Amino acid sequence: MSNSRGDNIHHESAFLHVTGRALYVDDLPEPPDILWAMVLPSPHARARILSRDATAALERPGVHAVLFAGDVPGANLAGPIFPDEPLLATDQVHCVGQAVAVVYAESPEFCRKALGLVRVEYEPLPAVVDLGMGIRLDHFIGEPHRIRRGEPGAVLESAPHRLKGVFRSPAQDHFYMETQAALALPGENRSVLVYSSTQHPSGAQKVVADNLGWSRNRVEVVVPRMGGAFGGKESQGAHWASIAALGAGLFRRPTKCVLDRDQDMIQTGKRHAFLTEWEVGFNDLGKLLVFKARVYADGGWSTDLSLSILDRALFHLDNAYFLPVVDFLGRVVRTNTPSSTALRGFGGPQGMLVVEQVMERVADHLSLDPMDVRRANLYGLPPTDLTPYGQAVSDFRLPRMLQGLEHSAQLADRRRQVERFNAQHQHLKRGIALSPVKFGISFTSAMLNQAGAALAIYGDGTVQLNHGGTEMGQGLHTKMLQVCARALGIGIHRIRPMPTSTSKVPNTSPTAASSGSDLNGQAVRSAARLLLERLRPVAAAMMDRDPDSVRFVADGHRPGAAVSRPTDGGAVWACGKEGRSLSFAQVCGEATLRRVHLAASGYYRTPGIAYDRQRGVGTPFHYFAFGVAVSQVEISAFTGEWKLQRVDILHDVGDSLSPALDLGQVEGGFVQGLGWLTSEELIRDEGGRLLTHSPSTYKIPAISDVPVDFRVSFLDRAHQARVIYGSKAVGEPPLMLAISAYLALCRAVAAFGKRQFADLELPATPESILRAVQLARE
Amino acid sequence: MSSNSVSFWLNDELQLVAPGIRPTTTLLRYIRDHLRLRGTKEACGEGDCGACTVVLLEQEDGCSPAFRAVNSCLLLLPMVHGKRVYTVEGLRLAGSQMDDPRGGLHPVQRAVVEHRASQCGFCTPGVVMSMFEACYRDDVQSWGDDAIQEQMAGNLCRCTGYRSIGEAARQVGGLCPDDRFARVLREHRPREQALYLNDGEQVYIQPATFDELWEALDANPEARLVAGGTDLALRLIKGHEDIPHVISLAALSQLRFVEKTSSTLRIGSGTSMTRLHESLGAEIPALGRMLRVFGSRQVRNRATVGGNLCTASPIGDLAPVFMALDASVVLLSNSGERTLSLGDFFLGYRRTALGPGEILHAVELPRPSPTALCSSYKVSKRKDLDISTVSAGMYLELGASGLVQRCRLALGGVAPVPLRARTAEAAIMGRAWDEASLARAMDAMEHDIAPISDIRGSASYRMDLARNLLRAFFFESRGERIRPGADGQPIRNLP
Repeated sequence: MSNSRGDNIHHESAFLHVTGRALYVDDLPEPPDILWAMVLPSPHARARILSRDATAALERPGVHAVLFAGDVPGANLAGPIFPDEPLLATDQVHCVGQAVAVVYAESPEFCRKALGLVRVEYEPLPAVVDLGMGIRLDHFIGEPHRIRRGEPGAVLESAPHRLKGVFRSPAQDHFYMETQAALALPGENRSVLVYSSTQHPSGAQKVVADNLGWSRNRVEVVVPRMGGAFGGKESQGAHWASIAALGAGLFRRPTKCVLDRDQDMIQTGKRHAFLTEWEVGFNDLGKLLVFKARVYADGGWSTDLSLSILDRALFHLDNAYFLPVVDFLGRVVRTNTPSSTALRGFGGPQGMLVVEQVMERVADHLSLDPMDVRRANLYGLPPTDLTPYGQAVSDFRLPRMLQGLEHSAQLADRRRQVERFNAQHQHLKRGIALSPVKFGISFTSAMLNQAGAALAIYGDGTVQLNHGGTEMGQGLHTKMLQVCARALGIGIHRIRPMPTSTSKVPNTSPTAASSGSDLNGQAVRSAARLLLERLRPVAAAMMDRDPDSVRFVADGHRPGAAVSRPTDGGAVWACGKEGRSLSFAQVCGEATLRRVHLAASGYYRTPGIAYDRQRGVGTPFHYFAFGVAVSQVEISAFTGEWKLQRVDILHDVGDSLSPALDLGQVEGGFVQGLGWLTSEELIRDEGGRLLTHSPSTYKIPAISDVPVDFRVSFLDRAHQARVIYGSKAVGEPPLMLAISAYLALCRAVAAFGKRQFADLELPATPESILRAVQLARE
Repeated sequence: MSSNSVSFWLNDELQLVAPGIRPTTTLLRYIRDHLRLRGTKEACGEGDCGACTVVLLEQEDGCSPAFRAVNSCLLLLPMVHGKRVYTVEGLRLAGSQMDDPRGGLHPVQRAVVEHRASQCGFCTPGVVMSMFEACYRDDVQSWGDDAIQEQMAGNLCRCTGYRSIGEAARQVGGLCPDDRFARVLREHRPREQALYLNDGEQVYIQPATFDELWEALDANPEARLVAGGTDLALRLIKGHEDIPHVISLAALSQLRFVEKTSSTLRIGSGTSMTRLHESLGAEIPALGRMLRVFGSRQVRNRATVGGNLCTASPIGDLAPVFMALDASVVLLSNSGERTLSLGDFFLGYRRTALGPGEILHAVELPRPSPTALCSSYKVSKRKDLDISTVSAGMYLELGASGLVQRCRLALGGVAPVPLRARTAEAAIMGRAWDEASLARAMDAMEHDIAPISDIRGSASYRMDLARNLLRAFFFESRGERIRPGADGQPIRNLP
């Protein structure tokens, strides 16, 4: 059977995972003369560096070297786009945890001991460790982003109803299970091979080359696989790759840099916390007439990807709703905390949350059913299909999906049951809520929407598959195998997915923005098609036929009784007239004899993407992904503890490339979103020191936190035009389905009072819920 | 006869640990760094994620040998001396070609593949090993949701959302296949042995008799005592403390017992939480409920009653329940034993009444009255594998007249030590158990406790919790459901 489309094949590494043979960076065998690298983090949120002295550390046995900013041979820069992020602190430190020095020693224990002996004198300076303070002080990064349509002031003035408020969403740690890691091996003639746990090998290659002062062709970055990434290894995997590479480049010794969990959580950036001041005007039906928002994102101390993340937040303030008149203004706020970075959703969740709680508040204000309010606002036919930034929402599937899920989740019945339960119970209350997701697919920075692939076919009919994407658990390599197998018409067992390498595919984009399959899939298919066109005449010649008369069949599929088995006993790949057939191996073997080139590279760039940030108008997205969720919760007025009783999800994955993998993305994304909104709490003290820097204090969901009754289904008749085999991106969108659980909690809290919706501070920990219940009762 | 070097079986091969290896090296580091077996992962190094889970063959007092999932990051090498350890590399069944990744998979490994329960795969070896324990467990009646959660809550996964992991666990839980591991269970009787290690900088003594213990304590008065090691290992790994002298109680089988008479329950300090749960969890539901949310399966398999009390944490989840049950502790030294009430055992923040050369021998509980109302509560940010914000044990006996005859309200997380809320108790004693008494007791509570604010909750939240848990106890004792998502749970003890 061919496993080429839509099959529920297992993850390509599943057998390696369960036997402990899947190798991550820290598992690769270390060469005997390895050096270990460890960073000296800043203890201050902001300070001037007065002096640096590594003498005492260097006197310790086992300590090889200590590097400060001045010792970086090339440019001391590590940021992905803007040159505002030194790899090692120069004259000032800007957050607790910022790298000030690197110790290279013979073991991690020697590193740790030496760190305590590096003397750095600081003069502490006033710091901004809180988003609110940054806003008050106008500490901004980059230019504002404004999206405006219509006359907001006038419309607000004349609106029958108005509401306004301030909404805060919290930061989140990625908590990838595998911490940041890199192993660098020195090569001859000023070159280095870096094994890195990164979503962006080309980005790491650039930073390594810049830091070493070498050209990029001297740096090869290879990603074996990652133990999770979630955005945290998009721009911020590069630092550790470079710290290892500096050891290899300067000392000509293999060098490893692996963070322990506490170092990882203290030193790396988080999801952006957001503060949004919003104001809406609406009519008696709850139809929004105008939406104003001032959006502030906590960028941390450097730019990193913050401007793009802010952009995506603004692009998702509408979520599923047509907003006729808008005024959005977004700013990135500079604070003295580790530079905030990508995390699944990339600003989208922060934007979407604002409008979803607005929907509930409008319903509450008018005493309407929140479903009716949502329906009144959904995108529709032109001109109500235009987003605030002017892109038309084509193929808008949410009306059909809302109706489908309302029915399958028995929403109306269950809302009555919840009301009955609440009337009968004094100490426990339930809440049920629905929320939709519309998520724009594409990097909003147009240049990133490109991908490459490189296929090599060998004379025995086996294939090596290279593409620019990285495997972090999402199953990208599995999907690319499926695409490659389908495009070549062969079985998956013939194809070996290769570790991602900058030497195989250059100048790649990060595996991010849910775009991995869309972009790389097209590139793989284009490479496969080139090879197919070269193999076709070979097969034809072997059967003495005109190339056009050769039929290709998927490996193993029976082409019909009239065709005989290939003479090598292999599966039929090509057949001609008179029942003759050839196997893929036969054709490939012959092709090498006939001097046919069996390697090809493929390339893809998404058409039609452009956005003008100055004017706030454009087409940043290739298409939109959709989902709907219904969550039901029960909360206790004694303790604020709660239980997620049931979740129903209907998600649009197009014609799924791999339904089992997509199901894993939907379930896993939902639960990660649930953690962000409920149990995961990053607490800093007044000095900006992170207090919750390990799983003993930072609580991601465990198995008992997920809904016992968890029903996920995929939209049918969902082919997506102009995307690889009709599929849709699925990495990020499901995270935002968890907003339904938050809204359900708000409604359950409100059930202790007289309203249908209540304020509930995020993350909605038991303490936050109990506080909200106390307020709702007053 | 004590041994001077550590040896153990890893995946059925004998491992002799070189004498130069630091005694407090963790099993995880030894497996990864010295043996270069890289299947077992480190993702937190503090027993809070389960990625490093391995399985030990263990035998507790009066039980058959059993496989036990444990966190290898919290296990010091001497703790596996003489034991059989299994890692993810050791599960495959005979008859497979070792270079064929698909051959000879253990049913547990197959279940994880079939249910698509791995994504990035980094937590997977630990997940597999926890399921491996589940596969050979015969003490679970039915592998329903709660049994699966009890088994798997110590394995964090950031990718899957757990549904697939739960289904794989359901498939293999209690399977008890008759394979080479079943043979190991039948044929081997693990036994802790005496051990004396000294690498010049660190002394690690594991006596097997009380006489050897007294001698060791006498010779090393500064020594840290260790039992399961889940607390001490943290000080080594996370605190990077130098601990030059360690005395392990692990080989003292005399400390591992649960004795029941018609009037008293005696629990040896070396009893693991898992064993305690099996022995008394059903008889005393309040205890069972607390043990269900104590750490994780991996932690419960190692943590001991003695360790939990002697570490004298202000929270120490067992302490409030034991205090509500009127526990006393038996302290033993070379010169004899003495008995204290548990409340008097805690002198201050992480300070106990243990004198030099003294150990905690046993906990004694009067058998709780079957007519008493008895419950326990643990409030934390996350249900499983979390440290309490506030924990509580509550016990109440009503006389024939309906008036409160006995009342013990114990709380953790609200003061430097776990304590009884005596003023609140006094407000209830001798009165009817009604809303008026409840209101008086809730008001009185603020005289009993002095909570602080920290990352697990503000002082005011803790104060509210202490009062509200009493209120919850009141409604629970009237048969009302008070826990979200859970059906009514028993609050009466079995006779």
